Amino acid sequence: MHALELQALRKSFDSAEGTVAVLRGVSLVLPAGQSLALTGESGSGKSTLLHIAAGLERADGGQVIVAGQDVTALGDAQMAEMRRGQVGLIFQQFNLIPSLNVAANLSFQARLAGRHDTAFTQMLAQRLGLEGLMRRYPEQLSGGQLQRVAIGRCLAARPALVLADEPTGNLDEATGDAVLALMLELTALAGAALMLVTHSPRLAARCDARAHLRAGLIEDAP
Amino acid sequence: MTRTALGALMSHWRRNPWQLAMLLAGLALATALWSGVQALNAEARAAYATAEGLLTEGGAATLEHPAGQMAEAQFAELRRAGWLVSPVIEGRATLGAARVTLLGIEPLTAPPGAGPALAAPDLQAFFAGQAFAHPQTLREIGATEMRLTASEAVPVGTVLMDIGQAQRRLGLAGQITRLTLAPDQPADLNPLATLAPDLRLIAPGEGATLDGLTQSFHLNLTAFGLLAFAVGLFIVHSAVGLAFEQRRAMFRTLRALGLPLRQLTACLAGEMLIFALIAGALGLALGYLLAASLLPDVALTLRGLYGAPVPGALQFDPLWALAGLGMTLAGTALAGAQALWRLWQMPILAPARPRAWAHASARGQRLQAGGALVLAGLAVVLALAGSTLATGFALLAAALLAAALAVPLVLSLGLRVSEAQARTPVAQWFWADSRQNLPRLSLALMALMLALAANIGVGTMVASFRATFITWLDLRLVAELNVTPASQSQAEELRAFLAPRADAVLPMLRVDATLAGQPGQVYAMTDHATFRDNWPLIAPVADVWDRLAAGEGVLVNEQLYRRAGLTPGRATLDLPGIGPMPVLGAYPDYGNPLAQAVLTEARFTAAYPDSPIRQFAIRSATPDALSAALQDEFGLSSSQIVDQAQAKALSLAIFERTFVITRALNVLTLSVAALALFAALVTLSGMRLAQLAPLWALGLTARQLAALELARALVLGAATLVLALPVGLMLAQVLLAVINVQAFGWRLPLQIFPGDWARLGLWAMLAVALAAALPAWRLWRQGPAQLLRVFAHDR
Repeated sequence: MHALELQALRKSFDSAEGTVAVLRGVSLVLPAGQSLALTGESGSGKSTLLHIAAGLERADGGQVIVAGQDVTALGDAQMAEMRRGQVGLIFQQFNLIPSLNVAANLSFQARLAGRHDTAFTQMLAQRLGLEGLMRRYPEQLSGGQLQRVAIGRCLAARPALVLADEPTGNLDEATGDAVLALMLELTALAGAALMLVTHSPRLAARCDARAHLRAGLIEDAP
Repeated sequence: MTRTALGALMSHWRRNPWQLAMLLAGLALATALWSGVQALNAEARAAYATAEGLLTEGGAATLEHPAGQMAEAQFAELRRAGWLVSPVIEGRATLGAARVTLLGIEPLTAPPGAGPALAAPDLQAFFAGQAFAHPQTLREIGATEMRLTASEAVPVGTVLMDIGQAQRRLGLAGQITRLTLAPDQPADLNPLATLAPDLRLIAPGEGATLDGLTQSFHLNLTAFGLLAFAVGLFIVHSAVGLAFEQRRAMFRTLRALGLPLRQLTACLAGEMLIFALIAGALGLALGYLLAASLLPDVALTLRGLYGAPVPGALQFDPLWALAGLGMTLAGTALAGAQALWRLWQMPILAPARPRAWAHASARGQRLQAGGALVLAGLAVVLALAGSTLATGFALLAAALLAAALAVPLVLSLGLRVSEAQARTPVAQWFWADSRQNLPRLSLALMALMLALAANIGVGTMVASFRATFITWLDLRLVAELNVTPASQSQAEELRAFLAPRADAVLPMLRVDATLAGQPGQVYAMTDHATFRDNWPLIAPVADVWDRLAAGEGVLVNEQLYRRAGLTPGRATLDLPGIGPMPVLGAYPDYGNPLAQAVLTEARFTAAYPDSPIRQFAIRSATPDALSAALQDEFGLSSSQIVDQAQAKALSLAIFERTFVITRALNVLTLSVAALALFAALVTLSGMRLAQLAPLWALGLTARQLAALELARALVLGAATLVLALPVGLMLAQVLLAVINVQAFGWRLPLQIFPGDWARLGLWAMLAVALAAALPAWRLWRQGPAQLLRVFAHDR
């Protein structure tokens, strides 16, 4: 079973200049437990594709299958359930919950999905180097620390699919490398598939597979 | 440069029109409520000045007889002795469709005043029966055979005419009510004490002046206006503070681009000045409308309670408008001072993103807690040591402010406890997030708490007063009929007629007197079971009724008892013409602004033999038949015979009307507070997206988030309501035990009305739900599109 399967995805936006086709029939497959780097220039539709895969946005056409379930036509409530249970999201801006401390942020999605495993979360916290930061609030953390919490939150829920949108874009190179290494390692440990959206060929090279998005279509990776 | 900077600052409001609307609405409403109340006060005071200036400019001394009337011959005697006195007669009569006060003057001898000035141009017409009345009085009178001329110089409800004409209409030929003394008298005259020893000289401003009697009423009104103004300023402060936070990045950029701090501060102050002028003008218009709509009830109240002639129509006074605008500017300066100070203190490289309020405001919370403690301490000191109306209001202000400051602290504590108790992640987030956003809502919640506490407090006070008043009325108005004779001779005839037909005929005799330095009246009381069995007494001596009947002392009303500290059994009261009399007890006397003493009829008539009988209280098993017999025999009008039910209905109507304005201001204050909450929630909703988007991404639907936002507002509103309850009860207790005692002289028991609280709670929750509904609805309807924008910014 594939963690993610996209078939002939199409998406357009209305703008002042008229309708702009961002995705023009994108198809790709991400097997379970694998990692895929999605690259492309700014405005090529990478984030739109990721948002559609995550159930944050709806495609105009095509099919989205997450962990064997066709989610294309799900209603809002079922889509939210799918996000809770199957998908883990990691953003460039971290998007932690500012009112909860690190411990609560880490376990949040897992508890939301009803599969909180204290030992697993503790193990993740240890591996992510967050043990001493558990009572701190997001605003008291550095960028690297914030992203490690975001990764921990995502993986603690044991999702089938991890979608990461420029997760190291706000970090310096060394920290970014370290964070990505951890993400790849822990994603594998959690048995999840990873789709990584990035500009960086260097980071993309560390994934199992690569796909390049140009003019709304997947082309062979450069 | 200034124009460019101002344009940049203003661009914030163009992009946030709701926030601007709320700021202007808050300021306009605060101005409206304050200036509306001031307009009412000013109109009433202008009416008092008209009334007092009618006979003399700047006030004049008068000579009065304790019985309320004197022979006209005394006027002639004093004139012959060289004293420059002028006779006045005053009495109630029915003209056309209205019951009015007839005021008769003698224009040739009267000292300069608005009344004589009206008569002067055509004295012949005046002597021949021309009379003057306020246009409103003319409308109330309607058709009449009298020659009435409209004049604004005559108080509402009064008709000014020649003394001879007035005597004839009142059936008091040869009688006058008082003599006014010209301010400058010839030298070497025989003293008045020798010439007219039975007359009392009353200096200008002494006695029961309208200004003095109504002072407490106006002070209460002002206090309420100030509370509403303060609640409105909470909105302004909240809006200015939030706009400051949102524009931090802009301030930094403007300064980095070379705009001096001084100029930036001036621009921000200029921006507030513009808003204050716009909102002030709007508020004045609203205030005028508010005052115009409330004035008829206030006028009726002042007439009913104090006999104050206040017209029901509002005049526009430019001074009032200027004062109102000044108050708006002062309020805006107060509300915006903190933002200006913070701008002045902000380093040029201050973080551009809005502060994390919850954590950064920890110092503010400590200061707030300190302030609340200091104010609470001050309130305790004032409660223990204060003894004037001013300290009573200071106590109220300190206690309310302390409670308001404590609201965010208590709510924060409650939210922390709830967070610790939460079992599900959404519940945990709900409480934590509510706590984090509390600083942004705290001003609105403080305003809501103040408004709710004021509603509970004033509502409890009014309801307690009402319950006590009704019980008291039942005890006081036990006589089945009250009959008012037209003259002393009719009084004697009535007494003779009633004696064999009624169970008891209890005459009411009264003289005006100064009691313990206060304007007041002495009444006669017949020893009868009607009083013995029904009159509630405060701290009476043993065998009080027997001792009163034996003429051993007097009863005093509660006002006099409390103000003069006349402890029954220990104190004595000096009665004019009698001397000191032991005080035997006190009785509640609600609604009477004057001091009062009661002594037995025998002592009274011995001391004041010329006092006319003003009314009879009649006990009868067949009041309807007796009433019919009186009408047949004496041709008494319906206004001269009032049965028990009528008397009670009239008293209750006056009571209810007294609190119409209080209720109206209560509702308006609560509305302003709801608006404050709405303003805060709408402003906050724009800043909340970034906090809510991750939740949505993690699997909560926009609908769930909208429901949680609504629930948060309701939870905070309900918690504020719970906090307002003890504060409101404290307010009621202070109003009943301190303010009422100081202002009116009576103390009432606190009674609890949970039904009223439940009703208020429902209204408050409805107001909160309405305030939160729009932001929640927007989140729900536009949710995914809006929320996705947060992630789009990630790109």
